[in-house]
Amino acid sequence: MTETNPERLLFASTTQSFLEKEAPLSRLRELHQAGISFEADWWRRAAELGWTSLLVPEHLGGGSVSGDGVADLALVAELVGRTVAPGPLHPVSTVLAGLAEAPENHQETIESLVSGEVVGSWAVYEPGKPWSPLDAAVTATRTATGFRIDGVKDRVEAGVDSGVLLVVAQCDGAARQFLVSTDLPGIRVEPQRSIDLVKSYARVHFDGVEVDESAAVGSAEQTPDLIARQSQIAQVLQCAEVVGILDTVLAFTIQWGFDRHSFGRPIGSYQALKHKYADLKIWFESCRATSNAAVAAVAARSPDADLAVSVAKSYVGEHAPGMLQDCVQLHGGIGVTWEHDLHLFLRRTTLYRSMFGTPDEHNLRVYDLTKELEPA
Amino acid sequence: MTETASAPAQTESVDEFAARARAWLADNMPSIDPANPPEHDRGEEQPWLRARELQKKLYEGGFAGICFPREYGGLGLSIAYQKAFNEESRNYEMPVILNTPTFTICAATILDTGSEDQKHQHISAVLRGDEVLVQLLSEPSGGSDLAGVITRADRRGDKWVINGAKTWSTSAFAADYGLMLARTNWDVPKHEGLTMFLVPINSPGITLRRIKQVNGSVEFCEEFFDNLELGDDAVVGEVNGGWHVASRQLHHERRAVGGGSEFASGIGAEGKSDVPIDYVALLATLGQDDNERLRELAGRALVHRAVRDQLIDHVYHGVLDGSLPPAAGSIIRVTHAEIHHLEIDTVLAITGSAGVVDGGDDLIRYGDRYLSRQASALGGGTTEIAKNIIGERILGFPREYAADRGVPFNQVKRNKG
Repeated sequence: MTETNPERLLFASTTQSFLEKEAPLSRLRELHQAGISFEADWWRRAAELGWTSLLVPEHLGGGSVSGDGVADLALVAELVGRTVAPGPLHPVSTVLAGLAEAPENHQETIESLVSGEVVGSWAVYEPGKPWSPLDAAVTATRTATGFRIDGVKDRVEAGVDSGVLLVVAQCDGAARQFLVSTDLPGIRVEPQRSIDLVKSYARVHFDGVEVDESAAVGSAEQTPDLIARQSQIAQVLQCAEVVGILDTVLAFTIQWGFDRHSFGRPIGSYQALKHKYADLKIWFESCRATSNAAVAAVAARSPDADLAVSVAKSYVGEHAPGMLQDCVQLHGGIGVTWEHDLHLFLRRTTLYRSMFGTPDEHNLRVYDLTKELEPA
Repeated sequence: MTETASAPAQTESVDEFAARARAWLADNMPSIDPANPPEHDRGEEQPWLRARELQKKLYEGGFAGICFPREYGGLGLSIAYQKAFNEESRNYEMPVILNTPTFTICAATILDTGSEDQKHQHISAVLRGDEVLVQLLSEPSGGSDLAGVITRADRRGDKWVINGAKTWSTSAFAADYGLMLARTNWDVPKHEGLTMFLVPINSPGITLRRIKQVNGSVEFCEEFFDNLELGDDAVVGEVNGGWHVASRQLHHERRAVGGGSEFASGIGAEGKSDVPIDYVALLATLGQDDNERLRELAGRALVHRAVRDQLIDHVYHGVLDGSLPPAAGSIIRVTHAEIHHLEIDTVLAITGSAGVVDGGDDLIRYGDRYLSRQASALGGGTTEIAKNIIGERILGFPREYAADRGVPFNQVKRNKG
């Protein structure tokens, strides 16, 4: 669908020129070479453009350009996908999605995340376990002044660069979330390599980490809803970013079909390849359609949002990596070289396929949600 | 010009329209259980009589032809009103078998290309439930190469005389008129010598036979033309301009087959085999509620089904706002077939041997459906042709080589024997 909101168009063009200038693919390779995930100053400038304020209400120092912060944020993610830009957009947005719903005692953290001074991430996965955000083995035990946190989290995006973590833990038999500063005693952060060139993850050990009562985010009753909202944001951002990736990769792969000649003909004139291209176009429009539908459902806080997000996450996760591989195939041998940019896009797409729920896991979720909706 | 007493004011909002439709439907239309709809077997006579009756009621109530122009008997409203009406009519018996091809393809094409007389006569008649229309396009000699038809229309005096054969016409036995493509000039390249005629089906000179399909359905027909005589008023569009008319039909067909036409009214199933598969109930029947592998398979099919519906909406709006070309209907066309395949394959996998040997639970119907699975990738133009269209008209790749391009049709090689 064509974007018509003038404020959002302006926001999009500002974001796009920032990304083209400050985060081209060559920069991604340089960061990788230097072993840097992203530069703190770069992230602060991205935050100044408004990327971090979109999910935060105005009275907490946020605000969105169009009045629909989720859609604006999805647009940023799509533009980020075009250059597979670095930066902690997903983890910071996910943490802010939770804090914006339960801001009590956390206004200062919200402010520092919105300004880009501090990076935050969601510590939700645990070693050896699949995506099951409410099922935490990390414990939060009540103390005289607050809680003591013990256990191990992993696959924490930008964990090494984060000043604060939103940690899911079992407390009195229910899942709760706690905002934990990473400089507290008892915290040990170990980097984890991912298949992406710059996205880094971390395993975080909590060994008797003491936090105040005020570290809790929301009540026990509120927590499942907060976690659901955070999951939705994390998952639609992945879908939107992958749509941006696919849009870019398809554009240059289609151009290749016109420019590359064999046996005296452009390769796109061969029916076997033309049909492959047609499949890519069909799947791309389907990815865009389902991603847009998920964004709209999350933005509207629709009762179907969980279902819409799992549908999109499953579909995009099932198709996108294979579509990238088809693009590699269409390019021929150059497609499997380090020098060609295709692998930069393939890396990010493959990473997202398996994070925050695999297609299989979301298929099961869709079945279960459908069953819940049926009259008994 | 036909006006109904309760025709809505231009200013009526979608919500007001929907509320009025809700009340009218409750008072006038038979209610049904949408999960278990009455059978509308297109191969039988009775459902067609029933559909005409129901359409007449809709017309008299002022709810026929929501997106057709007012001067031809419609309401001249936007698709938002049609969609609202579709939602409201979900629990009522609707003449759904009139949607395709009568409304979505034939009436839509007459609206695009017909004479004023043809529009006044036929669009009004179909909206009143007085006429059923069909397409007479495919021929026994070939399906995908539509412009290569060899049914001939020869000029004799002030008449056109038709000889040849057509096939794969949906329910032609129940129809009043058919849009029939014939060759009127053999000395020019194939697209330039075609003319579209609107043929009264019950004419002397037409012999009609039923085709029996793998699943037992006899809805499709073949027709043989033996010196059928037509006047000039039967020509739709220009003489030798038939390809333009046929192209509009194909355009409308691709949109309709995928469920993307604003001219369809009512979205209910045509019968039990048309109801979306209820995987939850199926797993319960099989005692496999807890089988994670089968739940995942079913979940995947539900995902693809949902994405197909989202895609239809996305493409419809994309074509409207110009971000996608009109040929994008072919994207829906292919997806429709592929999701249908996935669902049929999924249900075959889930039912296992119960789908192929009748255990008294009627699950063998899924095995039967598997046998005619490919029909959805063939009817309304094949998946392969649709992919050519996407590759060539959406992405812009060079067209396939055609040995008949620019060659007078009488010099083009045809089937052997």
